[in-house]
Amino acid sequence: MLSYLKPSQVISIFLFLFIILFSFASLAISQDTETIEEIIADSVNIFIPTTATDVVAVDHVYDCGEAVDVSWTLSTDDEKIGEYKILRAGEGSPDFVQVGVVLPGNFSFIDKSVESGQSYIYKIAAVYNGNAVESEPSNIVIPDTEPVNWNLLNLFLIGLLIAGAVIYLISHAKSGKKLFIRKIAGLEAIDEAIGRATEMGRPILFIPGINDMDDVQTIAGITLLGRVAKVVADYDIKINMPVARSLVMTTARETIREAYIGAGRPDAYSDDMVRYITDEQFGYVAAVDGIMVREKPATCFYLGAFFAESLILAETGNSIGAIQIAGTAMPAQLPFFVAACDYTLIGEELIAASDYLSGEPRQLGSLKGQDVGKLLAMIALIIGVLSITIADAWGVDFFVWLSDKMDAMFTIQN
Amino acid sequence: MKRQVPVLITFIVGTVLILSVFFPPAERLGEDFSIFFDIIAVFAFFLGGGNLLRIHFGKVYQKREDWGFSIVTLCGFAIMMMAGLFKLWNPGGIAADVAAPGSLFQLMYDWIFNPLGASMYSLLAFYVASASYRAFRAKNIDATILLIAAFVILLGRTPLGMYVTSWVPESFSILQIPNLAIWIMVSPNLAGQRAIMIGIALGVVSMSLRLILGVERTYLGVDNE
Repeated sequence: MLSYLKPSQVISIFLFLFIILFSFASLAISQDTETIEEIIADSVNIFIPTTATDVVAVDHVYDCGEAVDVSWTLSTDDEKIGEYKILRAGEGSPDFVQVGVVLPGNFSFIDKSVESGQSYIYKIAAVYNGNAVESEPSNIVIPDTEPVNWNLLNLFLIGLLIAGAVIYLISHAKSGKKLFIRKIAGLEAIDEAIGRATEMGRPILFIPGINDMDDVQTIAGITLLGRVAKVVADYDIKINMPVARSLVMTTARETIREAYIGAGRPDAYSDDMVRYITDEQFGYVAAVDGIMVREKPATCFYLGAFFAESLILAETGNSIGAIQIAGTAMPAQLPFFVAACDYTLIGEELIAASDYLSGEPRQLGSLKGQDVGKLLAMIALIIGVLSITIADAWGVDFFVWLSDKMDAMFTIQN
Repeated sequence: MKRQVPVLITFIVGTVLILSVFFPPAERLGEDFSIFFDIIAVFAFFLGGGNLLRIHFGKVYQKREDWGFSIVTLCGFAIMMMAGLFKLWNPGGIAADVAAPGSLFQLMYDWIFNPLGASMYSLLAFYVASASYRAFRAKNIDATILLIAAFVILLGRTPLGMYVTSWVPESFSILQIPNLAIWIMVSPNLAGQRAIMIGIALGVVSMSLRLILGVERTYLGVDNE
């Protein structure tokens, strides 16, 4: 059978077998070696720390009655003790059970293992060298459900303002007024990149990131796939789309099928255009790298959510001379794509790409809505920077008040 | 119907998920919707596994190019699945946790899968070097600024950076390379990152609204028009 295989394939099979054999051999050796534990006899210690005091338990605000905030005054021997144990009992019950541990210096704990409507009482045990000194019990607390989370009122108002602007401009755009949208080089290059693959007679590789369909970046990638697949169907070239999630596979197949039907070439569509590889990050990367090196696609699209694999994929694509268009909203991965790809859609450009390419007024209207949000952010930034600078430098009361208000407006409490 | 039902589901789920942030009683409903997604994803996994087997069996059967690699894939898939399904070598037997210490599944994970994943990850070190080489060539003003910033940060993170500029007086300590590196990271770099993140957040809001309102339907495999 080996005579049918290429030398590289024979090597990979032998390597696979070697790894298995070597791993089990290593395991057998390691099991013979036992870790030697140091046993330190406990000397008699007569030091007893002072206990924590003023233990107060209050219902965690604006939740479903699923948490209790416990706070206390630190033991006067705080720097000597090992930890604080948080003990809890139902009202009237003498049995306290441990629900959490915090290190010295901490004087609060959120107990998230309570049930709404039940009564609870808490104690704090200061632990030193295995000896625990318990505090006096706290007040009785009954976690309760609040209908509205008023802590998030600022977030609600900001969201309402931006969402209102988006919705208004979507409906406004329907009136047919021409909207100016700046050119995005990466999107302008899509047709050119596909054309290059057609001329070279080589396939296109499309990677929609490694997250599932519940990530907006994956959805943005799939919407762009719809546009790319239309051109691919028109030009009659091969598209190859290895995916890391099964749901993405089914969605992508549906999207490409519709594009081929739209182009009047349903017979040219094949389910094999989209194939599932694995959910595992580096297993997926290894497979995609292999596909790149073997099939040498002329164009690679990386549009979606990427993590550490971004540079590995982009550099492999670069090494095979493919034209590469990337787009992600992961700030940490953007420099890698910028360094290794020909065009990069930075953050919002990826999300806006579908609207940009569609040219449909309603979608372009939503892009203008985003711009309103940016304008608000810019105004808030300028006011915030000026007010806190003046307040710090000259202590003018009005600017101190304004900077505090700005800080409160953009701080999210939970 | 093919268009309306998914759009309606998207509208209801999207609205409930937004409301669950602001109204605690709706939190549970939001969590339930997330669990529904996980359940659907589990079923879809069978489709993924089936697709993997179909493609690789077909490749081996037809002896297509590079079919030898497919044998490795199929063997890995079969051995790992058997070890997990039948809990082979599991000290606690069939009723024990699939990842119990000493089980074949866990051994293969620790001794084969993890080292292979780490090997792939380690490639990053070499790719970072080659990507940096291309990115930091001083071809124009932008690239030159990037090169200088990168040089300062690289030097600032090593003892050499401190050694070279330790003579700079305390009153000008910002000019010491380690401090300069910190300033680049926490001021211009962070400002740029935050600007990108504000744009992303606004984009996500806009995209979510388009999905909830049914303006964007390309992801359903249908056109927006």
